[in-house]
Amino acid sequence: MRKSWWKIVCVLLLFYTCIGGFLLDVPQLPALSETIRNLYFHVCMWFCMMILFTASVVYAIKFLRSYNIKDDIYSRQFAAVGILFGVLGYATGIIWMSFTWADPNNPAAASFSAIAKEPKLIGAAIALLIYFAYMVLRDSIHDIDKRARISAVYNIFAYALLFPTIWILPRILPSLHPGQEGNPALNFKDIDNKMRMVFYPAVIGWTLLGVWITSIKIRLSLVKEKQLLS
Amino acid sequence: MKKLINLATVFAACFFSLAAVAQNDKVEMANVMRSNGRVYVVVAVVVLILIGLLLYLVRLEKKINRLEKENTGS
Repeated sequence: MRKSWWKIVCVLLLFYTCIGGFLLDVPQLPALSETIRNLYFHVCMWFCMMILFTASVVYAIKFLRSYNIKDDIYSRQFAAVGILFGVLGYATGIIWMSFTWADPNNPAAASFSAIAKEPKLIGAAIALLIYFAYMVLRDSIHDIDKRARISAVYNIFAYALLFPTIWILPRILPSLHPGQEGNPALNFKDIDNKMRMVFYPAVIGWTLLGVWITSIKIRLSLVKEKQLLS
Repeated sequence: MKKLINLATVFAACFFSLAAVAQNDKVEMANVMRSNGRVYVVVAVVVLILIGLLLYLVRLEKKINRLEKENTGS
């Protein structure tokens, strides 16, 4: 294994997250109660997605500067794993909100109409759909160079659209999602110090896991690419 | 080596299941796994899933290492 120290760090941080995340003290808040521990899991998925998409766009720009097909492979795989983490963040968010935002006294359908208007949900869905379209666009072009160029440019647009859809719009519109007036979970006022002890290691751990998966995918597609060329 | 690991896994599984049976004999005792609203059971489950996923990743990595070596060799 080459340069494996960060993988060991990743494993250690993830174990710390999973054990400390369940057992350490958390502030007791109404409605949230123990579900506040989801901060270590659900929120980290989005952080990881954001970092992976950033890496993806960096490699897209690198490709446009060098026209090196290797950068295109990097860019694609970072986006693919970013989508995976985004979908995981969305799915975990659905579970979390159905037990905190939904009114237990009403039937599920009644609270659904309120939740479905949630701008953060719609924004995140749009952002993910844009990245799905990136994958569809890529794989529908057969010419390798053309595919790499078009998808690199599209990647930059997709990344630019992430900001209005998941960062700006949900803050302009009324929302139930926390983090309305600032950066969610990074703001010094809205996260408890006890939670920060686990939250930051959790973000790093999950991100490293994402990078690890990506590195495996990249190496696999590089091997494939080599076999194709030879 | 691989056989040894498999054997060890089977033994470990037997040991844990035995421990589970032994626990059922007792009436609600204050042992570790049953304290705190049995949250440690959840922790054990999550940690096991994590171990499984990470081992899978490590195995994938080894496979790709081999593939890369074969590819540069030929």
